[in-house]
Parts: sequence; structure tokens; C-alpha cells
Amino acid sequence: MADYTDYEKIEKSAKVRQTVRKTLIYIFLGIWALVVLFPFYWMILTSLKDYGEYANEIIPKFFVLKPAVENYTSGFTAVPLGIYLLNTLLFAVATTGIVVIVTIFSAFAFARLNFRGKDLLFTAFLSLMMIPNELVIITNYQTITNLGLRNTFTGLILPSVTSVFYIYLLKENFEQIPDSLYNAAKIDGTSDFKYLFKVLVPICRPTIVTIVILKVIECWNSYVWPRLITSNEAYYLVSNGIQEIRENGFGRQNDPAMMAAVVIISVPLIVLFLIFHKKIMEGVSRGGTKG
Amino acid sequence: MERKSKKAWLYLLPSLLFLAAFMVYPLIDVFIYSVEEGYNSASQSFFGYGLYNFSYVLHDPYFIQAVKNTMILVVITVPLSTGFALLISLGLSSIKKLRDLFQTIYFLPYVTNTLAVGLVFMLLFKQTQQSPGLVNIFLGLFGIDPVNFLEGPYWAKMFVLCFYTIWVVLPFKILILTSALASVNQDYYNAAKLDGTSKFRTFTRITLPMISPMIFYLIVTGSIGAFKAYSDAVALFTTDLNAAGMNTIVGYVYDMLYGNSGGYPSYASAAALILFVIVLTITCINLLISKKISI
Repeated sequence: MADYTDYEKIEKSAKVRQTVRKTLIYIFLGIWALVVLFPFYWMILTSLKDYGEYANEIIPKFFVLKPAVENYTSGFTAVPLGIYLLNTLLFAVATTGIVVIVTIFSAFAFARLNFRGKDLLFTAFLSLMMIPNELVIITNYQTITNLGLRNTFTGLILPSVTSVFYIYLLKENFEQIPDSLYNAAKIDGTSDFKYLFKVLVPICRPTIVTIVILKVIECWNSYVWPRLITSNEAYYLVSNGIQEIRENGFGRQNDPAMMAAVVIISVPLIVLFLIFHKKIMEGVSRGGTKG
Repeated sequence: MERKSKKAWLYLLPSLLFLAAFMVYPLIDVFIYSVEEGYNSASQSFFGYGLYNFSYVLHDPYFIQAVKNTMILVVITVPLSTGFALLISLGLSSIKKLRDLFQTIYFLPYVTNTLAVGLVFMLLFKQTQQSPGLVNIFLGLFGIDPVNFLEGPYWAKMFVLCFYTIWVVLPFKILILTSALASVNQDYYNAAKLDGTSKFRTFTRITLPMISPMIFYLIVTGSIGAFKAYSDAVALFTTDLNAAGMNTIVGYVYDMLYGNSGGYPSYASAAALILFVIVLTITCINLLISKKISI
């Protein structure tokens, strides 16, 4: 009988320890979740504060009773935030579109077609993956300037429409599709082009979606190249646009209006993420690099 | 065969053209730029060839400062963010409820514009005439005197930069490590449990060896990423990073190329090549260490 109660005691204390451990883990994870979310909260909160009140706050308030919506409208009237957004959208769509097409063609050639020097060329492609952007951007800047393409969308888009890594990713995927499918298509008299777009591309859609996701995030974030290549506000993207707003936008210290601009810039990608978060996280874990 | 070969080249044509124009040619050109002395971008002329550009860059106090800043950033943020990501991933993998929610929240910084959210951090740390800033008010609760984080002592500025960098890079690391932890075969854990192995021992003898390739991958990519830090610093300290003393190597390259102190592609090329050599060396050392440990 004594043994029995001992077991009960041990079991009980083990259970208590387990609960304590779990609680500690939840507290730890919760604190970090707060650290991650707090800047977003602060960004939205500040963007809704009235400038006059904000400037006189000694200890910042953690809530707003009368949200100042004019901060948001001034993002479109006092500074051309709408143009920046439109430019970035155009830039992201055009770049991603061209990247996907170029990648599909090259991956197909490497995966399905035979030609002399294929292995050598592919090795050469792969070795280009090691080259950091910083090394080639100097000459690209000169090239685009000499071609007179500064402050044009062509100049913005051109240097970033090929990515060896994406070609590699898609080529690997294309190669997983059995040969028999290709041979069957050939016997039916299907052209390579038709086979590529009617069979391969639909089957490998997940990889292509990954490429699109990664490229769009990259475009939305790109700062260095647009800063180098655009000096005319009409061609600014959101990154250098927000930098411009910060330096000469709403007059000194109008933080609420600046935060409203930051919210407007951040919302599109965050909304996309909340809708497609499973797909996006999957895609990034397959081929992301930021970090 | 001949016709097929032609067709293959046709499919490859777009990528070949773009890579040749914007990768291969610039790669050769950067070496040429770096040895052209006294290059003038207005007249596109230069005096002669030599290694003066490298010696100029290596003796430039701004470059020395940039290298120092970048090195400190790498040494602090890479181990800290990797270790912290591991802790969070371990926590995530030991819970079931709310796990998806936490994972989604932790990933948020990845999909934000680094520059835009950097401004929020700037705001949190900023001291104004009226207010010491939210972070200082928070520190005040613990009796810590206010610190001028953005314009004050070097270490305060470095702290902000490191903190923001870690905040930005964690999502990717957490994502990779949680999926690495999930892919460890459960049989090992069950066997360990049967043997009554302690939690700590299970971690050091099973979990760590199983996910060590991924940890090394994160250290290598993380170091490369941290060496290229730039836009986070711009968000916190504006584009005039030299004035703030917070420039990075990449920032130095761009300053040399463009902006108020710009117009020197030769110096920029020399600095970019030096950066490349540093990154390559560190990556090789990392790979060597990882091979040694895993054997």
C-alpha cells in the first residue's frame, strides 16, 4: 500500500514539474512574441496620434481616443506616397514576371534538352551564385548611367531579372518529372514549347510560386539599387521613398505622419503574408536567404 | 542533334544575355576599375594601373571604422541570433497549443520592409526635447539612467544596430531550425525516453548532432548576410553613416560610388573586392570548422 502512494506522489510531482516547465516555455515564447509585435503596435499607434498632442507627450500614451486619420491622407497629399507604391508594384510585377519566364526557359534547357557543353555551362552558372551583388553593382551602375537609363523603369528592372539560384531550383524540379511523360508527348507530336507550358509548368507550379514569393519580397525590400539609379522622385520605390520622406518629407519631427507612411508601405506585404502564410513560409524555407 | 542544340541555346539566350551583361562583364570590370588609378567618372579617364586604390581604401579611417563596425556586428549578432533562434525553436517544438500562431507571429519581420520598420525602432530609441524615448522610460523603471541611443556613445548605437539586426534575421533562422527539429526521427527520442535519459543529455547527444548541419548552414549564411549589413543601419542612423560613425563596409562602397562623397568607382571597387575576400575567407573557415566537427 505504501508503494502505491509513493508512485502517486512521484507521478504528481512529475506532473507539477511538467506544468511548470510548460508554463515557463509559454511565458518565454509569449515575451518574444510581444517583442516582435510591439514595433508594429507602436507604428500603428503613433500613426493615429494627433501631431500637436504627440509633440507634447512626455510619457507616450499607449492608446488613442481620437485617431487622427489625416496622417494617412497626408501620406498621399503632402508626399507622393501613392506614386512610390505604384512604382514599387509595377517594379515588382515586371521584375517577377520576367524572372519567371527567363527561369522557366533556362531551367527547361538544362533539364530536358541536350547540347554540347551543357555540364560545363551549368557549372559556370552555379559558380556565379557565389558572386555577391556588391561586386557587380558598381559596373552596373556605370552601365545603366552610360546607357542613359537612370530614372527609368528599364534601368531599375534590367539588372535583377536573372537569378541563377532560381534556375537551379526549377531545373532540379523539372528533372524529377519522369522521362516517359516527355517521350509520350514527343510521340504525340507535341512541340517542346507546348510540352513545357502545358505539362512541366503546371506540374512544377509550387516551385514557381516559391520563386514568385521570394522575388516579390525581394523587390518590396530592395533599397540599394533604386537609390543608386533614381534621383527623380517620380521613379522612387517605397524604400528610398520612405527615406526621402524621413529626410525632407513632413517637416521636422512629424513622426505620426511618417509612421502613417510606414504603415501604408508595410500593409500590402503583411496582408499578402496573412493570406498565404503557409505557402510563404514553405517557400522561404526552401530558398530564402535573408538573415 | 544540330537543330536541337540550336534550340537549347535559344531557350538559354535570355539568361545568357542578362548574365553576361550584368554579372560576368561587371565582374571582370570591377577588377579593372580597382587597379585604375585616379579614375575620373566625369571624363572617364585615368592615369595608370596599380594598387593605389587598395592602399587608399585600407588607409581611409572611414573604411577602418566600417570594417570595425561590420566585424563587431557579425561577431555579436550571428552567434546570438542563432542561439536565440535555437532556444525559441526548441520551445516551439515542445508545445502544441498556439504553436502555429507563435510561428506566424515570429515570421512577421521577414515580410516587412527593413527600412520602414527600422524607422519604428529609431522612434522607440529616439530622445527628443520633451521625452527621453520609450526604451529609456522602460529602462527607467529599473532605475537605469537614460542613454542617448541614437546620437550618444558608440556602444549605445552599436547596441541598437545589433538589436534591430537580430530582430530582422531571427524569422528566417527560427523557420529553418523548427523544420530541422521537426525532421529528427522520433524513434531516437522514444529510445532515449525508454532509457530514462535526462532532457539535457537528450538535447546534447541527439538533437544537437542531428540538426548541426542546419546550424552551420545558418552560421555561414548569417555571417555572409551580416557582412553585407547596410539598410538596417541607414534606417536607424540616416544615409550619412560616416557622420554617425556607424558605417558598414557595404555602406562605404555605396558612399564611394554615389551620394555626397561619391564619384569614385575605383575606390568602391577596391573596397568591394576587399569585402569579397573577407567574406570568402570567413566562409571557408566556417566550412572547415563544420567539417572538422562533423567528422
